[in-house]
Amino acid sequence: MATLVTIIVFILFLSAILTGGYNKELMDRFRSHWLWDWITTVDHKKIGIMYGIGGGFFFILGGIEALLIRTQLFYPNNDFIVGRAFNELLTMHGTTMIFFVAMPLLFALMNMIVPLQIGARDVAFPFLNAMGLWFFIAGGILMNLSWLFGNAPDAGWTNYVPIAANEYSAGTGIDYYVLGLQISGFGTLMSGINFLATIINMRTEGMSFLRMPLFTWTSFISSALILFGFPPLTAGLFLIMFERLFGANFFDVAAGGNPIIWEHLFWIFGHPEVYIVVLPAFGIMSEVISTFSKKRLFGYTSMVFATILIGFLGFMVWAHHMFTVGMGPVANSIFAIATMTIAVPTGIKVFNWLFTMWGGKIRFTTAMLYAVGFIPTFVMGGVTGVMLSTPPGDYQYHDSYFVVAHFHYVLIGGTVFGILAGFYYWWPKIFGYKLNEKLGKWNFWLFFIGFHLTFLIQHFIGLFGMPRRVFTYQPEDGLTLINQISTVGAYMMAVATILFVVNVIYSYRHRVPVGNDPWDGRTLEWSIPSPAPFYNFAQLPKVRALDAFWHEKMKGNKEMEPAEPLGPIHMPSNNHLPIVIVLGFFISGLGFVFRSNEVGALGLIFAFLMMFVRSFEKDHGYHVETDEVEKVEKGVKA
Amino acid sequence: MTGCEEPDRTVFSPKGEAGEGSLDVIMLSIYIMTFVVAVVLAIFIYVLIRYRQKPGDNSIPKQVEGSMKLEMLWTVIPIILLAILAVPTLTHTFSLAEEAPKDEDPLRVKVTAHQYWWEFEYPDLGIKTAQQLHIPTDEKVYLELTSDDVIHAFWVPELAGKQDLNPGSTNKMWIDADEPGTYEGRCAELCGAGHALMNFQVVAQEKEDFDKWVEKRKNPSSEPKTAEQKAGKEVFTQNCMSCHAIDGTQMKTKGEKAPNLTGFAERNKIAGLLENNDENLEKWMKHPEQVKPGTYMPSFDFLSDEDMDNLKAYLQSLE
Repeated sequence: MATLVTIIVFILFLSAILTGGYNKELMDRFRSHWLWDWITTVDHKKIGIMYGIGGGFFFILGGIEALLIRTQLFYPNNDFIVGRAFNELLTMHGTTMIFFVAMPLLFALMNMIVPLQIGARDVAFPFLNAMGLWFFIAGGILMNLSWLFGNAPDAGWTNYVPIAANEYSAGTGIDYYVLGLQISGFGTLMSGINFLATIINMRTEGMSFLRMPLFTWTSFISSALILFGFPPLTAGLFLIMFERLFGANFFDVAAGGNPIIWEHLFWIFGHPEVYIVVLPAFGIMSEVISTFSKKRLFGYTSMVFATILIGFLGFMVWAHHMFTVGMGPVANSIFAIATMTIAVPTGIKVFNWLFTMWGGKIRFTTAMLYAVGFIPTFVMGGVTGVMLSTPPGDYQYHDSYFVVAHFHYVLIGGTVFGILAGFYYWWPKIFGYKLNEKLGKWNFWLFFIGFHLTFLIQHFIGLFGMPRRVFTYQPEDGLTLINQISTVGAYMMAVATILFVVNVIYSYRHRVPVGNDPWDGRTLEWSIPSPAPFYNFAQLPKVRALDAFWHEKMKGNKEMEPAEPLGPIHMPSNNHLPIVIVLGFFISGLGFVFRSNEVGALGLIFAFLMMFVRSFEKDHGYHVETDEVEKVEKGVKA
Repeated sequence: MTGCEEPDRTVFSPKGEAGEGSLDVIMLSIYIMTFVVAVVLAIFIYVLIRYRQKPGDNSIPKQVEGSMKLEMLWTVIPIILLAILAVPTLTHTFSLAEEAPKDEDPLRVKVTAHQYWWEFEYPDLGIKTAQQLHIPTDEKVYLELTSDDVIHAFWVPELAGKQDLNPGSTNKMWIDADEPGTYEGRCAELCGAGHALMNFQVVAQEKEDFDKWVEKRKNPSSEPKTAEQKAGKEVFTQNCMSCHAIDGTQMKTKGEKAPNLTGFAERNKIAGLLENNDENLEKWMKHPEQVKPGTYMPSFDFLSDEDMDNLKAYLQSLE
């Protein structure tokens, strides 16, 4: 019955859209609302801001989950949150932080900055870009709906089978994980392809590959990793989806399946994923350190090739997550050595950063503080990474709190510090005013100290025999005090996060407009007004050296030399179809989760129908006329 | 305050060759990595102090492109350091994967993990036990690990690193203990709601004590002696027998779904977790779900106080 009603409503809805039989006046009112402009936008800067808001929201959600975890572990045999509920928390914390925080926040910065850094007016596929955003939001919402409708996924972010199979995880929890990730994964893949195409094709005159700023380079390599890394995840998720929803037996030992297949598929994706989220952070650090040391990046070329090498090696080492699976000493040794080699290009990067600062004039802005704090923190995460690469050591570290400490050093010390540095650094370019520096410094110190308080000690919690993903420990284990210190640190980080939100609000209320170049920047984005006009560059600039804008400033020029005369600018038009297409996938995902295959299929049909409609759209964008560009430019200057 | 207790199962105090093998590599890597961190920190601190922008100094520093010599230096030195680390890594990786010698007759134990308990079978000795693994000291014991349901991992930090127990296949590892004692073990792979409490103990005994234990397990004292125990066995056959086995006594069926309870009175812990005493035994049987979330053991709170007492008496008589 419910299915029938759904189908009828759906057909009415569809016919209304296709025949235009809806209320025109209502639509006009919709269209003139500012929200409509944001929902239908294809502007990379607005999309970036929305990625930021979405990622920020999920960061708070994932952070609350982390606090609940640390609260449960405050004393032994605590019964605050135990058993399955605790497993749900740790699963959602990990999955949220990786897929709905780290990735979207990096996409936020990539969207906001990469086109500006290469001298482009938008990304190569603005429509696809908008779709990527909505896929992320749909996936994140779908996954978190599991808290409201029944149970959340409870098999860890790695979702190993058999605990992720129907037999051991009853209910629909894991289905939310599978479909939520599948949907957001589509978006990630699209965005990855989009940035590859953008960086290859849309560089302005003179912006050769070896003149690209390092953030653009790392975004480029990261996008390539997405292109090769996400398909194995997609394939694995389809296998689990068929196993759970349609009774397939890929992983069921009794039916001839093998659960290790999932581990391999997951980590073939999972290891490059680490580099997907950390490489752009390396790029941000390179920009920030270079700018605030007033020096060119030391060893730029070796930085670029180190990035490429890390990206390449990142695909060769996935099985080091599986040393204890029983692959045998030969396979373990090969993957151990392969893993160790990654330390070399990473080491090159660290020393290049140090020597960029060497001989420079260092200014300790909040962005620089995060970059400076990042270096020792990330080195800690790096050396424990080398320690983990040795199988005999790993047998002890594996799945203990030592691993938890290691990857938080990399993911927070690397990615989150990078993202925060990026926000403090590029905030004026996007919004036209700086974040408050005083609050920023409080934010940094609290976050930095809280972080080390939480995680430094976790190395020892692991070495003292505490496995990860456990909801409790015994009083006689002697782990009480160190767990309590860790929990206190976690709360400090929470306070720091609140302070960041306060800073955003405070800085907005007390905003002081800044000029084009508030930090004495080096790259192209600082040559245009803040906030960047919607078309970015009135005239595309001509790049004559690495650190193009710095090069012009040193020659005494105030602006970039244009590569084209002032003329009409071609811009893509807004479109509501991205969100409509994604809505189809969202409905489909929800349908499959509720084991209603009819709704699932209908959602897909709707999505494909909307894609079909899109194929016949004859919208080639619009032109911003010269006098309007002049008006905007003058308005900005005045 | 309980927090002042010393951690009781650290990887830094191994009691066996396997644990020492891991620790060798761990310590070498810690030394090398401490050196690396020290070098980075030294440069880092020097740079931050020396090259801060002084107030009023607006000069532009020299724009250095790079330095071939320096860059070679920090490429080659890490490679050498890694090579130093790689040698013991590989030797220990292979020695830890050593398989049972064919010509001798080593002690083999088949370990089967279940949600959320451990089964230990000595195929050559014909003994089956649970939760508490007995091994002789100064002897390599070869484990064959598999799982009955989901993936688990076998971890006794003081004796050896982890090995996964996968359903449908068998992994091998060896452990040994230098000195007699009880070593705490944990499941280290997320296996469900009760994962955190899937604890077990390894009891290492001198060779002769171990042989005594084996003899006792082969000829267990499982017959009730007092009237109370007899009544307790009656309760057991009515309620527990379909899941739990007790060797050395006549029972109509032999439960395979849950831990074998032969010699239960000698175990240190109940369910691998609670101190073995009457009070905890009753707590566990009445409300197992409260003790270990997700356990398949049903609650026996419907037993009368008398039945419960008799059952406890019987279980505590099993030696």
